[in-house]
Amino acid sequence: MRLDLLLGELPGLAEALAAVDAFDQALAGGLLRPQPAQAAGLAALADAVAASPLADRVAEAAGKAAAGVADEEHLTALAAARTALLGAVHDALLARVDEATGRTRDDAEAFVPGETPSPNLLTAARAWLCDLARAGWRGMDHELVSAAAPVVSALLSDPALRRPALLLDGFAAELAASCPGRTLDRIPLRRWADLWTRGMLLTRPGALTAPAATPVSGRLLPLGVDVHEHATAVQAQVHAVLEPADGGPSRLVRASVSAPKPDTVVGAGLWQLLRPHLSLLAAAGDGRAVELTGMPVTGEGDLLWSDEHARPGEQTDVFATARVALPAVTGGPAAPLDRHPARIAEPVLVEGYTVERDGEALVLASAAGRLTVDASRVPAASPLTAQAVAASGACIGLLRWDCGEFRLQPLAVRTTVRNKAASVQAGAWAGGTSDKNAAKAEKAAADAVAALHERAGRLLRR
Amino acid sequence: MPVWEESSLSRVVPPARPRKLAKVPFVELAEGRLQGVVSSGSDISRVYVSSVAAGSFGLVCRTNNNRPCGGLRGGLCNHILALTGEAVLQYGGGRVARYLQTDTADADPAAQQITQAIGAGRPQQADDGAAVAGQVFARFLRHLTYLELPATTAPVPEMHWFPAVGAVA
Repeated sequence: MRLDLLLGELPGLAEALAAVDAFDQALAGGLLRPQPAQAAGLAALADAVAASPLADRVAEAAGKAAAGVADEEHLTALAAARTALLGAVHDALLARVDEATGRTRDDAEAFVPGETPSPNLLTAARAWLCDLARAGWRGMDHELVSAAAPVVSALLSDPALRRPALLLDGFAAELAASCPGRTLDRIPLRRWADLWTRGMLLTRPGALTAPAATPVSGRLLPLGVDVHEHATAVQAQVHAVLEPADGGPSRLVRASVSAPKPDTVVGAGLWQLLRPHLSLLAAAGDGRAVELTGMPVTGEGDLLWSDEHARPGEQTDVFATARVALPAVTGGPAAPLDRHPARIAEPVLVEGYTVERDGEALVLASAAGRLTVDASRVPAASPLTAQAVAASGACIGLLRWDCGEFRLQPLAVRTTVRNKAASVQAGAWAGGTSDKNAAKAEKAAADAVAALHERAGRLLRR
Repeated sequence: MPVWEESSLSRVVPPARPRKLAKVPFVELAEGRLQGVVSSGSDISRVYVSSVAAGSFGLVCRTNNNRPCGGLRGGLCNHILALTGEAVLQYGGGRVARYLQTDTADADPAAQQITQAIGAGRPQQADDGAAVAGQVFARFLRHLTYLELPATTAPVPEMHWFPAVGAVA
């Protein structure tokens, strides 16, 4: 991999992010009675998209917002402008990744608006987001934030609305923990503007699409497991190489499983919520391939998993997969609306480095360049520790980008212990574990769920 | 501007810590209160809905049939003590004390220091106790519904904004 390419500057990146930051500052103060500095921030966003098809609508929206009279359409136009800018940043970053890895990537299919399930519910969600934008992060209070609860509950009850439901649930919980806004001594400006923007677009009629899926058969070789969680939801994504049975080129694919959860189920307790729905988790944990027959896959490379299309395959080694299969894979494109730097998670193999310390962070250093390790993303319930990374000679990870730089999220490392090579995987406990502490934590989480079930049985059905 | 503010993935809320739920099945810091549900020691179908308001320390403790808790007269009842104890397990003493605005000298106080600080403030029963108890109980029932929601294998790209919380976060 050409690490040097990941370190180089991207033309236009700083300008695009400056416009995003200017808007994010304006949003923090609320758009009810904007100050001159906020008006300037809104104008900066409009200027940045002045040469795009959005230009007129965003210029009008910025003007109305600066006057404190922005309606939902205007706020949507501003969200669209911010999304377009970060979409362009995403495209430039991903092109750089492809250059560095020498990977080819399929083109994205054109966006086709989807059907709109529960339009009234989505309208209610947008109304809450608009109220939030008017109050701003500094003006929000408990009453405003807890108004999201009935909307989120209703969204959660419709499986077709799971995406906005999990997004707004996690977002509202963060805001609630940070209320009242006037007492905040620092604000996660980029993050909250990201989540607000995403909410505005995802609840727009037509934005939620059921991507076209085609059945695929072949051998699936897992590379590692990536875990996402907030207080009341968890998702695991298994990154893998698919070798199609028809002899076509190998593809990078993902299989996902997500579940809402009570907030006290965390750490090792999470796996039991996901395990029954994705047999691939156990296969990835045990280092086995999986044979697929007619499994639906989207153009972006997302397998829409159901166990009936999968059966266990032979034993494999993730590092053999990464060395042999990864160099020749084709990557999947991001869906048009999903283009954002935070979505970049590109599996790579890095070898031949020495591990250096830079403050608390670990850096993989070689003649080709330096890559900082983001060990904070490895789940706590995992045998893959910072110490294992520090002692490693090869690492499979996800290339990610945040705070202006690429970082590597480790999925697996190879270490040499007493002249014997051993690999340690972040998702090693996905299918179950013999580790004493992890098994104890799983048992405790199962007890917690049982206790809540008992309470629900007595109190819910009255 | 510091890097934290320019990150899409800044950690805002530390994760809850696991705890046993048999005695206190629900605790949260929300709506300006430490609030939750405490199982009755004597009747398995009864729970107490308890809360302490941030700043004013207004107290509420009522059964799920909306009868006032007898222990609340003249001080903190055992339910509020149990609630505070479990909140400290789940969120850490520092976060509970900051949320309640208790004046504890310790940055990471124990539950007992927090309840002493509440008691020193001569807390009164909240005027809107019945309404608060109703809201908290509704939020508990809402929390229980998370057990019933099915898992899905359709990808949720939005969850990339919520990375797993590592041991070295």
